[in-house]
Order: sequence, then structure tokens, then C-alpha cells
Amino acid sequence: MANEISIRITGEAGQGTQTIGDVLCRIFKAAGYHLFATQDFMSRIRGGNNFFEIRVSTRPVHSPRHKQDLILCLDKASIDIHKKDRATDGVMFADKSGFKLDQLEDFMADVPFDETALRIANDKLYANTIACGLIAGITGVEFSFVTASIKEVFGRKSEAVVQNNINAARAGFELGMESPHKEMFALAPGAKFDPMAHAPLLLDGSEAIASGAIQAGCTFYSAYPMSPSTNIMNIIASRSAAHAIVVEQAEDEIAAINMAIGASFAGSRAMTSTSGGGFCLMAEGVSLAGMTETPVVIVDAQRPGPATGFPTRTEQADLDFVISAGHGEFCRIVYAPGSPEQAYYLTMQAFNMAEKYQIPVIILTDQYLQDSITDAAALDPARISTERHIISKEASAMITGYKRYALTDTGVSPRAIPSWINDVMYADSDEHDEDGHITEDAAMRKQMVQKRLHKKLHGLLAEIEKPTAVNVDNAEVILLGFGSTLGILQETTQALEKKKVGFVHLSQVWPFPSNDMLRLLSDARMIISIENNAQGQLAKLLRRETGIKVSKSILKYDGRPFCLDCVIDIVKPEL
Amino acid sequence: MAMTPNDFKSNDPIAWCPGCGNFGILPGLKQALAKLGIQPKDLLLVSGIGQAAKMPHYVRANCFNGLHGRSLPVAAGAKLANPRLTVIVTTGDGDCYGEGGNHLIHNIRRNIDMTVIVCDNQIYGLTKGQASPTSDPGMVTKVQPEGVSAQHLQPLALALAAGAGFVARGFSQDPEHLAGLILAAIKYKGFSLIDVLQPCVSFNKVNTYEWYSKRVYKLDASYKPTDLNAAFARSLEWGDRIPIGIIYSRSKL
Repeated sequence: MANEISIRITGEAGQGTQTIGDVLCRIFKAAGYHLFATQDFMSRIRGGNNFFEIRVSTRPVHSPRHKQDLILCLDKASIDIHKKDRATDGVMFADKSGFKLDQLEDFMADVPFDETALRIANDKLYANTIACGLIAGITGVEFSFVTASIKEVFGRKSEAVVQNNINAARAGFELGMESPHKEMFALAPGAKFDPMAHAPLLLDGSEAIASGAIQAGCTFYSAYPMSPSTNIMNIIASRSAAHAIVVEQAEDEIAAINMAIGASFAGSRAMTSTSGGGFCLMAEGVSLAGMTETPVVIVDAQRPGPATGFPTRTEQADLDFVISAGHGEFCRIVYAPGSPEQAYYLTMQAFNMAEKYQIPVIILTDQYLQDSITDAAALDPARISTERHIISKEASAMITGYKRYALTDTGVSPRAIPSWINDVMYADSDEHDEDGHITEDAAMRKQMVQKRLHKKLHGLLAEIEKPTAVNVDNAEVILLGFGSTLGILQETTQALEKKKVGFVHLSQVWPFPSNDMLRLLSDARMIISIENNAQGQLAKLLRRETGIKVSKSILKYDGRPFCLDCVIDIVKPEL
Repeated sequence: MAMTPNDFKSNDPIAWCPGCGNFGILPGLKQALAKLGIQPKDLLLVSGIGQAAKMPHYVRANCFNGLHGRSLPVAAGAKLANPRLTVIVTTGDGDCYGEGGNHLIHNIRRNIDMTVIVCDNQIYGLTKGQASPTSDPGMVTKVQPEGVSAQHLQPLALALAAGAGFVARGFSQDPEHLAGLILAAIKYKGFSLIDVLQPCVSFNKVNTYEWYSKRVYKLDASYKPTDLNAAFARSLEWGDRIPIGIIYSRSKL
């Protein structure tokens, strides 16, 4: 009996590793397990090598492991690519006859994928579903969960496709039940759900951000497709009719952000999403939002750069860029959610803060967070209520002599919506006076800079999202990170708890939580930053803003996410 | 209650050069708005950067004066978000045909209900006299001392090719005629483009009031603006004779 197992399914692009990964996540969730799944895919539609990796456990898990217990190869090339990642007692499944192998190495087991798929459905593509059934059989999951999950995923296709998949899974399941490896890899029983309670969800970053935006009342979304942000657009578009959201595919990212700004000015809650390259094109628009004081929410789902970089892989190297992108000086917020759950709530909060302070708010995520699937407790949309911070329609009718940029103590001018008020308003990207008309007056310029920068910042500093701090007091080593590495920080700390390891994680990186950092880290014996970039950008930012120096940075910039074991192995010798 | 151009008067002091062609376009716009009878609060003027982009400040209407070249996406977003607004873009040949060319093509395709008035003086005024996409070949400027070598963009033909449903050309010296074009363009349900010939008295010493006056002629009643082939022919007519009027309207006027 195992309490935890890591499984990898690998094959060429087009062999359906993602689809079957989706089915597997549903099976294990339904069977009462916790899971964490990552996807590794190449920037191509067919060929190459992709894999889907799922870690299943009887306790909550938040990160991928290095070594895999089961590796299922859907093509011959996968064998050599992945055998180095096999756990000591791990098993690699391959199709001896289908791959035309003379013999299998001793850590391998034969599964006749091709022959079974042809016999059942007359189509080799069903190999992935056979692999899925095999996993369910070996781990001892009830077959009813397999059937239900297949129906969920393939339900929109024809009945024949659904039935073929169920038959293929059944064949794989029987192979798994008969497998001599079943004894080692059968999972301890999963949790039984209280049917009256909210069932846990499967959530990835894309789903979380899209759902958060919809829940927050986003009514306008414009974007240009760019991995790894595109799924947000796909999800919002698929629900746009039900929620009356205008979704517009822009001709480029410049148009995307300018459309969002126009929509926001005219009364919508507006959002755009992109990756680093597209965010570069948006930089002038970020500055426009700052100058015209137009709320807008921007998602930067990072991938490795510079330039086109690795389109389908992960990195955290846009931190320096997004906190300062856009010419001139103005306020912004940059959130860096650490989990799909945080991404959901911070997206809702992003809309409120953008409208409260009339500023651009950036959500900094990355491919790893966007595409990693985990089980999450049911989301509570009531936790963050929608606060528009605009002059209501009723009050608008009474407004005359409106000044869009009226000077106030908070730097925030009451925001009216054009056509709602019984007056007109002027907004300008040139320096402007309180009426919004262009000015070159030195005194007015100074007041407007103070309004946009100093006064608003004062309010923003009082509303900084608190960093997550665990086991910080008396820690020998404090791990430090931001964004998608939260799960790695949590589990490394858990694993090394007895050795006095703690962590601090920032889910807001701008304005920088300097006071919290000084409080948490001033007396630290040793700080190790863990970042998916080559410079230790968070460590540099920490030093710039607080003077605190980290002792060491663990940096990964090969386009792949951290795995738990690798980080533990690096941290351990420091203790 | 009938409205007059004065209802659209703004108190913001005008910053154009004396004699600027824009002084003919502004009254044409206000006349059209008065005839339309729209309340200023339901009107949104959007602009980018350039002399033409200052125009929204000189009209009593909602105004969003954004970035160079980016007036069209802002206008599109605003109209989609708040369809109650009548959206008009005032832009120039540099802003719309140069910096924002990609947005022009794709907003024509989008066919959102808005009117784009391009104050086309065939030169960059605000940056003091460089060639624009509509500068005639051979024009000598500080940056093109040997004369402009690139071809003159034919914006009306470009708009027709992209599928625009309403395309017109006006001349700033005839505000009455221009007002009629602007009114028809606003009433057209979809994307409408008016290219307005407009002398730059400070920097364009070739395309002067006199130069245009000698060449422009009004399309008469015999011209059928619903004929796309005829519209293509007129849209390319440039040189000794330049037509002004409604070049193309997909729906009957």
C-alpha cells in the first residue's frame, strides 16, 4: 500500500497526454485523493515529446516530485528520454510489440497498447485511455470513477467515442488488476466525501484567474493569443454569453490593452492577458492607464525570454520588468499568486483595487501555475465583494460641473461614467488640469504627479497583501519566494521542519511589502531565495527596498519548474 | 429642442497655428452634431496624438485623448462597453495611417458603429514637418532632403479593400459640405471613414489651400456611391482632380 505515488504519461504531441491527464485528475479527485499535476509540452502540435505528470497522495500536495513511480510510454522515443526520472523501485511501461523492441530492460513492463487499441477501437490513438485504465487498475481505484470521468471529458463527443474510451479503459484496467506491480503501487484508501459538503475542485491557474474575473464582474476582455495566457481567453470566451462579457480578439497586444482601457473608461470592468512579449507591447498602455487614471487588470503569464524564448515553458523573469514597465512615474499593483486558489481571490481583488485607486493592476503568473492542476477547497466568491468605486447611476444624474481629475487628499478623484452623468468629462494622456484639459503649467504638473504617485501610494501601502510566513521565528533558514513557488516553499518547509526551516512567500511584489519584510527577515540567520530566473530578481528587489541581503539564491532558468526533491537536496546541506 | 453648433462649444483655448486647416473641420463637426441633435453627454470623442487629436478638447463632449496611433482601439472598447455613446474619432494621417495603421485595418473589419475623421494634411505637423504616409512622392522635408521616395498611401482605397461600408472625402475649406459628410457618416450604422483634406500652413508648402482648391471637385448626383467598383476608381483618383463627397456607402443614403 502506498500513501503517495507519482505517475508520468509521455508520448508525442498529438497522442493525447493532456486529455488523458485531465481524465486522471478527475478519477483521483473523485476517489478522494489529493493531487498535483503538471504538464510539459513542446511548442508544436504533432511529434516531439510531451508528458503529463500527476502526484497523487492521501494528504495535500502542492509540488511535483523528481522521481516517478510509474512511467507510461506511449511511443518508443519516450523510453530513453524518461528512464532517468524513474524512482528506484519505479516501473516503466512500454509496448514491446508495438514499439518493436527485442527485449525490455529489467525495470520495464510490457503493455500491448497498440494491439489492445486496435482490437477494441480499431485505432491506435486509444493507447492513452488504455494507459489511464492501467493506472486506475494498479492503484486500486474503483472503475466507476473511471467511467464517470471519461463521460465528463468526452461527453461532448459521439456516444461511440465515449463507449470506445470506456472499453479501452476497461481493458487497461484489467491489465492493471493483473499486474504484479499492483501490490506495491495500490494506494491507501482515499477520503470519503460528505455528500452534503462542497466537493473539492480541480483548479489550474488559468481556470482560477478566468473564474475570478467572471466572479468579479469583468464585462470586457480583449487579448491577443499568447502561450501560456491563451487558456484564460478560451475559458472567458466559453462563458461570455452566460455572463454578458464582451470578448474581443485584438489585432495585437497594443490594441488589446487600449481596447480594455477604452472599455473601462466607458464603464466596464476590463481585463487583458498576455505573456512577457505581449506585455512589452502593452507597456505604453500601462503608462496610459497610469496617466489617464483608468482602471485595468492585466495578466502577465510569464514564459522564458528574451524574445520568443520557450513559448510553452515557465520562468519568473519578468518581475523587474512588470514593476517598472511603462515610462514615467505612476502607481500600480503587481500581485503574484502562489496557487490557483490565491489566483482566484487576487484576481477578484485586482478589479476592486484597480477601480478603488484608478490604476493598472498586474497579475504576475507563469506557465507552471497556469497549467498545473491541483485539488482545491470549494471557492468562496463571497470572500471578496465587488466594490466598483464609481459614482452610481442614480447619483450620476445629479452631477454637474464634473472634474475628472479633481484634486483630493487621497489622490483619487470621484470617477464618473460617460453618458451616466449629466455632464461631459475629459481624459487625457497629456499632462492635464483638473478638468482633463491639456496644460503645461508647472504647478499643476507637480500637483498631478503627487496625485498619481505620492497620494495614491500612501493608500496602497496600507492595503498591501500580507506575505505568507511559516515557521519564521527561530528558523535556522528562511526560504524566500514569490508567485508560483509557494507550493515548493510549503512542502520543503514541511519536509525540513524539524531542522528549523521556515519560509516567506510574497503574493504582492509591488508596492513592495518592505515593512513586512523588515519585520519578518531582519533577524533571520540565513535567507535563501528560490526563484525561476537567472539573477535572483526578488533577492535584488529585497535588497533595494529594505537593505536585507539573502545568503544564497537557488535559481532555475532552464524553462522547467522546480521539483520538491531538488530543492530539498540543495537546502539540506545548509542546515 | 433644436440644438445649435454653440451647444458644442468648449471653453478650452485652441492651440492650433493661425490659419490651420483644422479651423475649417471643427465647425463642420459642430454643425453635424447640432443637426444630429445629440446631447453632449452621450457623445464620446476619442483621439490619439497630433494636431487633429487636440480637437476633442475644443468640443463640448466626452473626450478620451490617448496615445499616438491608438485612438481606434480605445474607441472600439468604449463603444462595445457602452453602446449608448455615439463615438467619433478625430485623428490625422500620421496617427491613423502611420502609427495606427494596423488598428485601422482591423477596426474596419470589426465594423463597430463609429465615425473616424482623418484630418489629412499630408505631413507631420506636431513634430514639425516630416513626411506622412499620404505625402506626395518628391516632397522635400528636413528628413527627406532628396524628396519623399515612398508612395502616397491611398487611404480610401485601403479602407474599401478592408471592407469599409462608408468612405468619404471632405475638404476643410468647405465646412458646410463637410458637415453633411460627417452627419451621413454618423448616421451610417457601422464603421465610417472620412478623409478630410486640410492644409498645414506651417509645414506643408506644397499642398496649400490654393493647391487643393484647384483640384477638388464635388461628386454630383449622377455618382452612385453604392457601386463598389466605381468607388474604387474614385478612391484612387489623385492628382489634377480630387473628388470630394461620399465615395462609398454600402447602404442607400
